Amino acid sequence: MANIIDWVHKANLANDKTGMVNAQQTVEYDTLQEEIKQLIVYGEVRRGHALIVQLWRENPSLSLAGFVISCFERLRPNLVLIPCRIAILRSFTVEPVIPLLRAAAFVSGIDLSVNVGSFNTYPQEILDQNSGLYKFKPDIVILAIQTCDVSPDLWSNFTNLSPGEITAAIGQVIDNFSSWVQMFRSHSQSHLILHSLEHPLKPNNGILDIQSETGQIGVIRHINRELLHLSVEYSGIYVLDYDALVSRHGRMFWYDDRKWMTMRMPIAANCLIHLANEWLRFLHPLIGKVCKVLVTDLDNTLWGGVIGEDGMTGIKLGPEYPGAIYQTLQRVILDLYNRGIILAVCSKNNLFDAMEVLNHHHGMLLRPKHFAALRINWNDKIENLREIATELNIGMDAIAFLDDNAVERQLIRSQLPEVTVIELPDDPIGYAQALRDSPVFERVALSAEDRDRGRHYTDYRLRTELKQSAISLEDFYRSLQIEVEISLMTQETLIRVSQLTQKTNQFNLTTRRYSEQQIIEMAANPNSRVYTLRMRDCFGDNGLVGVSITHYNGEICEIDTFLLSCRVINRTVETALLATISEQSSNEGIQRLVGWYLPTKKNAPAREFYSLHGFTCVMERDGESFWEFDLTCGQIVSPPWIKRQVLIKEKILNDRIYF
Amino acid sequence: MTEYIFDQVRQIAANVFNVPLEKVTIKSSSTTIENWDSLQLLNLVLALEQEFGVQFEPEDIEQMISVELIVKLTQEKLSKTT
Repeated sequence: MANIIDWVHKANLANDKTGMVNAQQTVEYDTLQEEIKQLIVYGEVRRGHALIVQLWRENPSLSLAGFVISCFERLRPNLVLIPCRIAILRSFTVEPVIPLLRAAAFVSGIDLSVNVGSFNTYPQEILDQNSGLYKFKPDIVILAIQTCDVSPDLWSNFTNLSPGEITAAIGQVIDNFSSWVQMFRSHSQSHLILHSLEHPLKPNNGILDIQSETGQIGVIRHINRELLHLSVEYSGIYVLDYDALVSRHGRMFWYDDRKWMTMRMPIAANCLIHLANEWLRFLHPLIGKVCKVLVTDLDNTLWGGVIGEDGMTGIKLGPEYPGAIYQTLQRVILDLYNRGIILAVCSKNNLFDAMEVLNHHHGMLLRPKHFAALRINWNDKIENLREIATELNIGMDAIAFLDDNAVERQLIRSQLPEVTVIELPDDPIGYAQALRDSPVFERVALSAEDRDRGRHYTDYRLRTELKQSAISLEDFYRSLQIEVEISLMTQETLIRVSQLTQKTNQFNLTTRRYSEQQIIEMAANPNSRVYTLRMRDCFGDNGLVGVSITHYNGEICEIDTFLLSCRVINRTVETALLATISEQSSNEGIQRLVGWYLPTKKNAPAREFYSLHGFTCVMERDGESFWEFDLTCGQIVSPPWIKRQVLIKEKILNDRIYF
Repeated sequence: MTEYIFDQVRQIAANVFNVPLEKVTIKSSSTTIENWDSLQLLNLVLALEQEFGVQFEPEDIEQMISVELIVKLTQEKLSKTT
């Protein structure tokens, strides 16, 4: 008991400290700002960049946003940033959020161009095909409108409405949203994010309101459920739970009524950053700025204490405090695993001690089967991370690094800048929340493959061991008992197909990224084919791992896209897919197969693909090459060791799926 | 105290208006700083509210036409809160 009181007292002290006026901090930031400017002037890009990131993470303020943006604009030529165009349609003043959004995006490696629609003209902008919205050609559009603007009656006149009038008002709002979404989809292939409608601070009818489903709150909840239906009905439409965002940060503190009444700016200065960060959580998955792997430390991260010193009974891990702190973090990691994030361990430890905990400690929620790679040794973490990347066949930028030790974090941040380092607070009780807050694990859709990914990678570990013991390569392929199933894309596989075009970097001949909407349009085009490949072998089902998109043009079939998930590279299934395309094209009267190889930093594994399959290079410029295969002189043969099933009907046009 | 507040306001204004620190003086106003329009002023007001933990009234914002007046208003707010 004494301990708890002591602890509460300490927590209060900590609160007092943070409650102090920021003035002292500001002075420190000023000197840091000067230092950063100097570093940039003298071309010390890496150090300057690291300091800006640190400065922003510590205090993402409105004042600092301007500084961060001006630094990044100068550093831009020296950094690898993902460009993204975002348009914001709004019914209130959002301009002060934009510098925060751009600064936060820069720090996350995203270079944003932002277009803010005119005040309250969002319906016209959506409906008019020639509006500034569509001319801007955004990748992502956010529709940020408030309940009070979309339905003034439901917001402030609720107690005057008859039941009939309430029903009519609900219908009106839902109809409006449906027609906006429908028109938007017909004019644009961009992603669209809808803000859900927020509840009032206090309902017009007091506590009576919530006693019925048709009170003010009930009605707004009903509309929000309908918005969800819209996002299910149309592809590329997502809901941002604005009401949850407001309540998460405290409805009492969210609003600034004076600025709303004078400048149509409803959100208090201190809350603007939360809106910017929430928008950013959507940007990460939508533009593919995400991590596929979480590499975690063990001591003082997955459990409290050091196993080598404290032993099995001394480390803190279990359902009670303080062990609960670490169990809560493990629960978050398990959530990520179930979302398709691959897990790995990188720990300076004795292998035997660590495995003892992983295998046998009763408090562990994570077990060896959850980890696709283990590096438990005394080597430095840079080398270990590189090895993990090689073993899992992923790039360094797909890795997020979780470690309680600030020195290790700093080491990785400075030596492996591509890796995402998860910032952790000093107090371990904040670890779980910090991990949940990281936007690099956000996903907007989840396929069956995502859910099973962790298991696939454990299978892969065993498969690689087999490869090392096999005699000849052909024997090895045979021993895998590979089966593939090739078919045309269906409604069920759409999400996965789009996802693969968005995420696949290595075995990808053209690296063309397509939204679900674009894929749908190609699938519906009579001259295009969207092929999918599923694969299983003696270790298990790998799911849908290959995609190819082809376009017919007279007697020519152009391979627009050809890609394989990195977990099935080097197993000759690509030949099976290419063989199917060549047979299918021949059957439909095609005489020549053609296709580009467009090199990127990462797709070297696909470079020899066309030459290995007997294509002739007919054109080459700046490393890009164009290849051709004459189908009248020969066919591409599927490997005899693969059991291949082609599920494409004779009369393709009649059986095609229209959406 | 005034000098200290001026230093802070100056740094924040330089960041928000995206001008070099040297360009911001006690006499700076909407006529000497190019980016000083109503929207950027709103950004500045919000940044000041956040840094100093104060709240400006609509009437205050109308008066904010120079750095000097902004410093004065900020100081008034701070002396009321402490």
